[in-house]
Amino acid sequence: MAQDIPIAANDDGHPAIVQDWAGDRQVFHIPWGKGMMWIFLVSDTFIFTCFLTAYMTVRIATVEPWPNASEVFALTLFGHHLPLILIAIMTFALITSSGTMAMAVNFAYRRDRRKTATMLLLTIMLGASFVGMQAFEWTKLIVDEGVRPWGNPLGAAQFGATFFMITGFHGLHVSAGVIYLAVIARKVLRGDYDRNGRYQNVEIAGLYWHFVDLVWVFIFALFYLW
Amino acid sequence: MAQAGQQHPIGIYLKVWVLLFILSAFSYTVDILHLEGYLRWSLILLLMVLKAGLIVAVFMHMMWERLALVYTILLPPLCLLVLVALMAVEADYTFITRGLFFLPAE
Repeated sequence: MAQDIPIAANDDGHPAIVQDWAGDRQVFHIPWGKGMMWIFLVSDTFIFTCFLTAYMTVRIATVEPWPNASEVFALTLFGHHLPLILIAIMTFALITSSGTMAMAVNFAYRRDRRKTATMLLLTIMLGASFVGMQAFEWTKLIVDEGVRPWGNPLGAAQFGATFFMITGFHGLHVSAGVIYLAVIARKVLRGDYDRNGRYQNVEIAGLYWHFVDLVWVFIFALFYLW
Repeated sequence: MAQAGQQHPIGIYLKVWVLLFILSAFSYTVDILHLEGYLRWSLILLLMVLKAGLIVAVFMHMMWERLALVYTILLPPLCLLVLVALMAVEADYTFITRGLFFLPAE
């Protein structure tokens, strides 16, 4: 019944939107930056899952044999033929960087400027080396093995398309993360957070970095090991 | 103190770190040993879920967050499982159709 509705549908226009949403109530008791980072990461989860689902779909549907990742990414080091070794090293680099990042967050909350910055710089170096190894991996695949997004001599054409899309997008995230962490490390070193007390910015950057590592866990399992 | 934030003993980070190394080594071993079929796939998925769980729970502090935030973050991605299930069925159908139409019948 119309008279039971206390507020008419449209009688106070735009201010009503603000009224309805700003109930002076706080749902998440965390700094706003952290909340926004989490929401961004949830949306990023959807993006990466869409890529991985697309990969699953084309891999199930293809009638061509799928290239054996274990052999495609093998390297011969010191006279030994090691399957998937480059990817294993990249995985360990990223996990180590996640560990140093966790340390950085921990030192940040202890207000230890120097140790926080050191751990951040270590994380940046490990992240940059990951991107470097990925560049090497791509070069090897494109130049030596002739893998292209539209086809490759090893088997199913979809291998190249999904590989470049998924690892490319992840590599872009790592690169962006390296730049992001460099900005944060500069602020830590400059003492910005000692002045304004916003050491949680290190934790927020940490969330992003751990997420990049998290995505790699899925890519490593589903693309390289499957 | 304006913002207490997430403060936990360093020990737990180090333990999780070591655990992630060990789990990754196991993942790699699955490949080295050339395990095949369901054993390989279940081990890969199990190790993947364990590693992802540790990263989210400890490194991303999810186990210390309030439930309102935990549910907001962790429940929406469950929709993706529906997408994965739908696409798996669809891909199977595509595969069978390709077999019927494009492979020589002899």
